[in-house]
Order: sequence, then structure tokens, then C-alpha cells
Amino acid sequence: MAEAVTEAPVVAAERRGGPQRWLPYLLLAPSVAYLLIFFASPMIQAFGLAFTSTTGEWGLGSIRAMLGDDRFWPAVWTTVILLVVLLPLQFALAMAMSMVITSRLRGSGLWLYVFLLPLGVSELGAGILWYSIFVEQGWLNTVLQSLGLIDRPVIWLDYREPWRVIGTIVVAEAWRSTSLIVIILVGGLRAIPRDYLEAADVFHAGPWQRMRHVVLPMMRPTIRTALIVRTVLAFEVFATVIALGGTGTDVLATQANRAYTEYQDAHLASAYGLVILLVSLVAVGIILVALPTRKERGE
Amino acid sequence: MTARRVLGYGGAVLLAGWVLVPIWFVVVGAFSTADAVYSYPLAAWPDWSLESMRFFVTSAGVPQALLSSVIVAVLTGVVTLLLAAPAGYALARFVFPGADAYRLAVLSTRAFPVVVLSIPLAVFFLQWGIYDTVWGVALMHTALALPFVVLMVSAVFAGVPVDLEEAAQVFGCSRFGAFRRAVVPNAAPGLAAAATFAVLLSYNEVFAASILTLQQPTLPVFVLTGLTQAPLPFRYAGALFLLAPAFLFILLIRRRLLGVGGGPTLR
Repeated sequence: MAEAVTEAPVVAAERRGGPQRWLPYLLLAPSVAYLLIFFASPMIQAFGLAFTSTTGEWGLGSIRAMLGDDRFWPAVWTTVILLVVLLPLQFALAMAMSMVITSRLRGSGLWLYVFLLPLGVSELGAGILWYSIFVEQGWLNTVLQSLGLIDRPVIWLDYREPWRVIGTIVVAEAWRSTSLIVIILVGGLRAIPRDYLEAADVFHAGPWQRMRHVVLPMMRPTIRTALIVRTVLAFEVFATVIALGGTGTDVLATQANRAYTEYQDAHLASAYGLVILLVSLVAVGIILVALPTRKERGE
Repeated sequence: MTARRVLGYGGAVLLAGWVLVPIWFVVVGAFSTADAVYSYPLAAWPDWSLESMRFFVTSAGVPQALLSSVIVAVLTGVVTLLLAAPAGYALARFVFPGADAYRLAVLSTRAFPVVVLSIPLAVFFLQWGIYDTVWGVALMHTALALPFVVLMVSAVFAGVPVDLEEAAQVFGCSRFGAFRRAVVPNAAPGLAAAATFAVLLSYNEVFAASILTLQQPTLPVFVLTGLTQAPLPFRYAGALFLLAPAFLFILLIRRRLLGVGGGPTLR
């Protein structure tokens, strides 16, 4: 990520040296203090909470309570499965959208606006939106039936069919959160030097070869960043799950929320939080190992 | 027009449809009568009735929640900008040891799930007496927005030519005077966009807000809490209220969003 650092111009005052040297640190200080209070200290406190019980004794009581919950493992699996199904779908969509934005088609500003719209949409808003589509007397059934593809409404949000509900959550999340990947990929696509693409054209590379041998290798660091960002966020999926799955489908974040708001147990909730942190770190580790940059491979 | 361009436009229209058609469905749902919402099959064109919207905004608790949401979002925007502007300026204008470490630290905050942060903060806020207040939620949202906004603001300041500032100093401005007279007017639209990003993030955020409030929920928390019992017109009108700011705000800041997302695309 350090390669992205811009060449900061040196201002006259800096060349003069002297007392101005501490000025940047002074300017950074408020935000550093803020991040320490609101990121570092709650992080430490989260461990403290997870490894104490409601009576305040240190130990694994809260962890054990979490592991003993019938809904724990289903929540873990649903969270992981959601991510695994969602990521490839999102990347294909985001790549297509980014190509449209960076191509020389007319109205690139309009395409950019439309494709980034879901970025501003809240998780809950998107959840309800897709609820209106998947609900029994909703839009999907209306469309399918008018096309003659089904005879009677299909119950998409059937809580006895967890896979079907998970499918609807995947679609809703693909709709909502692909914009974030688009933003990152567009930056990467724009950074590919024109010469490379022209060289590909000179050698009569087809669109597929161009993609496979020029664009994707050049995009490697960008794709890695997008993967990491999206993976970390995917483990926090929350309101979409509640809007579509009600109380019948659990993920880690809904379990943490329930532990706090319903059982009033901050210890149990923190234990869930740490599990989310743990799976995030493991997933990021896998991505870093699976997609090494050239430097790391020693090229 | 070549075959490839036709294919390009075709793909673009399909992708745009994937984004826009679901939004149209929610607009239809929000502007239909309850009878129309409960009928089947649904009509693709709304009867432009304000019945559902009126029902939503006059429901007990909604006006208060909407007000809370707006106050929290504005507080978040202001506080985030006050903290991010100096930091972004330092990153854009100075070469100093630790700048890279700072950037890296800011980026790595993304690894901390909001779930892990908000629960201990609820405990702190109870002790500090700001639990279940607009300030508590706004402070949390500021923490979530700050890393992104610092990077956005730094890009904004980097885009203002240093020459302007130096010229102002040559003509007798102090360092701060030069900043105020030469930099701020040029950076203002970018700074406003960065603050807008924070406002939107806050208006949309639901997990932390649901942990940190009890009697003073923000709009998404209020809608979420009653969701399973809520009638369809309430849900659809609520969804439109949650979605509406996105249309305007993304329009205003779309170009500046490119590059906020990730490391290598920092500029």
C-alpha cells in the first residue's frame, strides 16, 4: 500500500526548517488521539469483556457460552458461505461495470453515477428493497408469472429452506456492495498505461487474451485490495440478513447484536465480535498468501 | 457503430437495469396505496398516492427517529471534517517521518469490525453518560468515517497548487492566513464532498447505532426494530426514506469517491 503514497510537495515553510518541523505532527495529533480512543481502546476492552463472565471473573465462561449456543456454528457457516458465494459473483459484476466506466462509451459520467448509486444505499434500505422483490406477493413472482414461467407464487423467503433465503441475501448483497469494488477497480484500470493495451492490439490480442494476459496481471494489487476490503466488510453483514431472513437466519453479526440487545450480555456479544475479527484476519491472511505481489514472489 | 461498441452499450444498459429496476420497485411500493401494495400481481406503475408515505412519517416514533438521524449525521459530518482536515493537509503538504506509518494505520482501521468496536464503546458510553444520546452515536460514526475522510481530504489538498499558498505568503500572508485565503476557497467543494461522505455513512449505519441507543434510536434502528411486525406500506415507505439521500449525495460526490476505496488507488 506504500506504493500509493504521493510525492508530497515541499512547501516554502518547510525548507526554512526550524520550528515548522513539528507542525505536521501537531496537525495529525487530533485524529491520532481520536483513533486511539475509538479504535485502540475498545479493541483492548473487547478482549477484556470476552474473557470475563457477567460476574466479572476472568475465564472462558463467555467463550464457552458462545460455543455452546446451538446457533453458533450455523451462524459461522452461513457467514462464510455467504462470502464464498458472493465474492466471485461480485467481482465479475464489478469488473464489467468498471470496464464500462473506463471504456470510451458516451455518458461515462452517467454510468459512473448509476453504478455507484448502491454505495450510498444503507444495508437496511437494500434489505427491504429486496424483500419487496422476494416476498411471496412481490415483484419477482409478479414478473415470473406474467412471463408464464410459474403458475403460482413461489415462496422465496421460506424459513424451512435456508438455502433459498441465503440465495436471496447473496443477490441483495451483490446488488448493494458491488459499488465499493467498482470504485477500487476503476482506479486500477485507469492506472494501466495505454502503451500496454496498445501493444496488445498491435499483436492482435483478442478481448479475452487482452484481459487474461494484460489487464488482470496489471490489476493484481488492486484486486487484492478489493478482495481484502470486501471480505472484511462481508463478515459484518447484518441488516440485510434481518430484513430478508427475519429471525430465522443467523450470521455472526446478528448473533452479536442479539447477545447485546436481547440478552444484555456485553461479554457474549464481545466474544462474537472477536470471532468476526478472527475470521477476518484468517481470510485476509489467505488472500495475502494466495495473491502475492511481484515483490513478494521475488520477481 | 462497430459490433464491439454495440456490445458495450448493450452490457452497460443491462448493468444499469440491474441497479435501477430494483430502485424503481421501491419507488412504486412507497407511492402506492396499501390496497395496491397488498394486491397480486403487482402493477409496474404506482398510483402516486402519498398514503403510505403519510402513514410512515406520522407513525409514532418516526419523526423523532428521523430528527435523531439528521442530527447525528450532521454532527458526524462536522466533527469528522474538523479532525480530518488538519491531518489531510499535513499528509498532502509535508514530507515527514511517520507519514507512511500514519497512512498505514489509517488504512488498517478497516480491519476492525464495527461489531468489535461498538460493544465496548457502549460500556464506555454508559460510564461517560453519553449512552443513548445523539452525541454517542455521532462519535462512533465519526470514528468509522474518519479514516476514509482523511484520505479524501488529503487528495483534495494535494489538488490545490502549492504555488497559490506560496504566492500568498510572498504577499505578506502568514502561514495560516495563506491557508485561509488561498487554500480553503479552492478546497471547499472537495471538503464539502468529504463531509457529505461522512453524513451519508452516518445516516446509513445501523449496527453501531442499534447497540448505542435505547430510547433515542436513529431512523434505520427504529425501522429495523419494528421490522418483523411492520405492515408492508410502512416497510416500503421506510425503505424509500433510507434510500433517498443516496440519490442526491452520490450525484454530488461520485467523482471524488474514486480512489477512496483502497490502497493502490489512494489518489
